[in-house]
Amino acid sequence: MANTSAAAHAAAPEGSRRDFLFLATGAGLAVGAAAVAWPLVSSMAPDADVIAAGAPIEVDLTPIQDGQIINVFWRGKLIFVRKLTGKEVTDMKAVPVSALSDPAAFDTRVKNGHDQWLVVYGNCTHLGCVPIGHSGNFEGWACPCHGSQFDAVGRVRRGPAPTNLPIPPYAFQTDAKIRIGETGGGKAAA
Amino acid sequence: MSGTASTYVPKSRVAKWFEARLPIAGLVHSSFVAYPVPRNLNYFWTFGAILSAFLGIQIITGVWLAMHYEPSATGAFNSVEKIMRDVNYGWLLRYAHANGASMFFVAVYVHMFRALYYGSYKAPREVLYILGVVIYLLMMATAFLGYTLPWGQMSFWGATVITNILAAIPVVGDTIQTLLWGGYSVGNPTVNRFFSLHYLLPWMIAGVVVLHVWALHVTGQNNPAGIPIKSGKDAVPFTPYATVKDVFATVVFMILFAWFLFYMPNYLGHADNYIQANPAVTPAHIVPEWYFLPFYAILRAVPSKLGGVILMFAAVIILAFAPWLDTSRIRSCNYRPIYRQFMWVFLGVCLLLGWLGSQPPDGGYVLAAQVCTVYYFAHFLVVMPLCGLFETPKPLPGSILESVTGPGKQVGGAGVPMGAAAAPTTKG
Repeated sequence: MANTSAAAHAAAPEGSRRDFLFLATGAGLAVGAAAVAWPLVSSMAPDADVIAAGAPIEVDLTPIQDGQIINVFWRGKLIFVRKLTGKEVTDMKAVPVSALSDPAAFDTRVKNGHDQWLVVYGNCTHLGCVPIGHSGNFEGWACPCHGSQFDAVGRVRRGPAPTNLPIPPYAFQTDAKIRIGETGGGKAAA
Repeated sequence: MSGTASTYVPKSRVAKWFEARLPIAGLVHSSFVAYPVPRNLNYFWTFGAILSAFLGIQIITGVWLAMHYEPSATGAFNSVEKIMRDVNYGWLLRYAHANGASMFFVAVYVHMFRALYYGSYKAPREVLYILGVVIYLLMMATAFLGYTLPWGQMSFWGATVITNILAAIPVVGDTIQTLLWGGYSVGNPTVNRFFSLHYLLPWMIAGVVVLHVWALHVTGQNNPAGIPIKSGKDAVPFTPYATVKDVFATVVFMILFAWFLFYMPNYLGHADNYIQANPAVTPAHIVPEWYFLPFYAILRAVPSKLGGVILMFAAVIILAFAPWLDTSRIRSCNYRPIYRQFMWVFLGVCLLLGWLGSQPPDGGYVLAAQVCTVYYFAHFLVVMPLCGLFETPKPLPGSILESVTGPGKQVGGAGVPMGAAAAPTTKG
């Protein structure tokens, strides 16, 4: 920078015209960069087509036998629907909540009055593999990837999985039909 | 690129005209012809050239595969089978690309062990070395993205596991995961964008390789003695000495490549990847490609999701801190009697971790992986700093020449290669 402008700078106590231009240009560049980056990042989010394909689905429970697990897909995600046997219900109710790494009472895993029906996401909460049903030591699932085990109501009992298998939004339409993707009363899930 | 004026003298009028406008011939001459190379380099120093060759092979076969590949959840698997069955020489392109990736990692692991064993990370080569770690990270990302593209079972579940690893990042993890997926799970948008990124990253690797070579030509090469070039007698010109040695080593390495490519092209892959992706079933025994196994073992050794992810990334990142963790003033393990043994133990632990990563995550294997993980980090955080302080190194040779000929001997003795002795050294 030339001496003259340095002198001019020193003479202007409130900041010179050059300072103003410098700051304004810098601010303009920062805002511009953010304005360019935003559409690039936002375009990677789920698009309208993917979101529309996530409409709620209905599952008929009548063909499911005691102890059977069926796979359904909602929003491309695997969901297990499991009909618990009477013994499994009794066993799961007897598990002391304090002994669980992610404490959840039996009642919080099923809908009120539908003790036999478990609906959970079918991907291990560790790294997303599909646990194998009716295996492991807890009447539930065992993950083949990293050894996590879940009990009959999808609570983590062993291994690196940090949380229980999450429960998707669903509601009973009748005793023999559920709607996944809605919390009840026709309200769509976010 | 060597940072000194070029000795290149253009001869023809056209060459003179061009050199005055863009001195690229001089740049190449000073970097790859007249460039002084330590005369004691062993074959470990040829892996840079081998790696360059494989970057070229991967880019060429990859560009050609992309002419036939269809990046979609419904089309990807079938288009890969089409490449194998219908496209002329499609099998060759695909097997060369898949096995080329494995050979690329074989070469990079030898290259990395060379850097650690001979102290190539130490001053003044820290930036050169860290650029290498950056290339390694980019290679891992590229290899992972590429492995998802055939959309077989291992592709799909590999993509699921790795994107779930990113979801462990606190606060922003879920957002990053959704942005990578482009949906609520691994699906069609995922394979589409992974293909785009898989095509992008090799060019970024090529860019960082240019910086890596630039940095190399500023500091000069390390060598088995770990001492700098002191006089012209310590060096030979890059061409023909290093050029011919590099080409020879590359040809020998290509024999290994050809062996896999033509005789056992699926040996390093997994049979499960010939089953189309099925989001309802995870393969019973899921493992990553062999070159990720040590890190996979570290991930599984920790009984906590976030903890495992942190240690796995830390195992790579800690490499970048080697220049400051090593307190020794001696570079080469040849003159470090204690640390040299630790280096071989470290190599053994890395190989053992790799084997453990391929085993099921059961009791004994997990315990062994935990012990190895602790040792892996202890090598960098305990052995490296302490060895430098307590070890008595062997006396260093007076010069690179002396390390080749023995102290006090004259050049031209029976033990010296004729070419090296007769070499005119152009620069000191």
